Amino acid sequence: MVQLTLPKNSRIRTGKTWPKPDGAKNLRSFRIYRWNPDDGENPRVDTYFVDLDDCGPMVLDALIYIKNKIDPTLTFRRSCREGICGSCAMNIDGQNTLACIFGMDEVKGDVKVYPLPHMPVVKDLVPDLTHFYAQHAAIQPWLETKSNTPAKEWKQSIEDREKLDGLYECVMCACCSTSCPSYWWNGDRYLGPAALLHAYRWIIDSRDEATGERLDDLHDPFKLYRCHTIMNCTRTCPKGLNPARAIAEIKKMMVERVI
Amino acid sequence: MADVNRGNRPLSPHVSIYRFPLNAILSIAHRITGVGLSITALLVVWWFLAAAISPGYFATADWFLTSWLGTLIMVVSAFGLWLHFCNGIRHLIWDTGSWFGNHRVTVSGQAAIVIAVILTIATIILA
Repeated sequence: MVQLTLPKNSRIRTGKTWPKPDGAKNLRSFRIYRWNPDDGENPRVDTYFVDLDDCGPMVLDALIYIKNKIDPTLTFRRSCREGICGSCAMNIDGQNTLACIFGMDEVKGDVKVYPLPHMPVVKDLVPDLTHFYAQHAAIQPWLETKSNTPAKEWKQSIEDREKLDGLYECVMCACCSTSCPSYWWNGDRYLGPAALLHAYRWIIDSRDEATGERLDDLHDPFKLYRCHTIMNCTRTCPKGLNPARAIAEIKKMMVERVI
Repeated sequence: MADVNRGNRPLSPHVSIYRFPLNAILSIAHRITGVGLSITALLVVWWFLAAAISPGYFATADWFLTSWLGTLIMVVSAFGLWLHFCNGIRHLIWDTGSWFGNHRVTVSGQAAIVIAVILTIATIILA
């Protein structure tokens, strides 16, 4: 359901401003969402100052700087620092992206950092992605075959392989799904752009033999058809993929198989 | 799985912090204009019904719809109609699987607004 305001326990208080690093001349201010599960208080937004002469160019570099030098309790996910793992997905300057490949020079003024929108928060910038992953599992992200296993391998033509380009690169960072207002209001039943992009990746795989069953499963007022082509998903994808187009292709296949 | 205080987890902020791009604004505008136009359509039906009922009742309905408030509603509705029309064409094109690139989405959205403004001005001049 559409719920524009935040629940009582989620309203954001004014946080504290942390001291500026000693002797720094080139400062950048960061306003970061904080929530600690142990103190029983509401979330707050803290202000930090990062010494740009002592820090890398990306927002993740600044978060690591803050954690190392100012406030070791700041909690966030990160791993590869090069846009491959999808761990550091968060809302920076009002759009979802990966902190590791988003330069702080792309932001004017204070750099505002929030967790991925409309998700339960585990701590600070770490959202609970349990439901998001369950939705990915629900589309059965593997090859379903009916014919006998070939002696050597499941072969695919170069043209058929090319159909997977722009789909297989998805790292499941959840930027797209959590940018989607439809997913905000109906995420319990609407699969969201990420899971649907993956669904399409298996639907058009020439080696997969469960296309009909996959489409049957998506033929549902919520799972697929809560997509209203708002396009926030494609706009925000840090990997430059196009979930909205993948969903449109599924909708087209739904129509094509009944006419 | 670590079950850390699961019951009391806050919901991360959404509408209040998201910087909505043009495509999202046009999307919600499409829905608002759709609902708004249904209401305007009812007003027009009311005007016709009044004409069918009696001259006195028609005079009342006509007075309201040609008053400054009625005129304002009609002008805003004309813009709403054209915006809904132009944006609806984008949706029809998207339904064919085309125009999904980020650049195309932005340019077609800007075009929809500009064309809707031109058509509204044309409507005011002609009507």
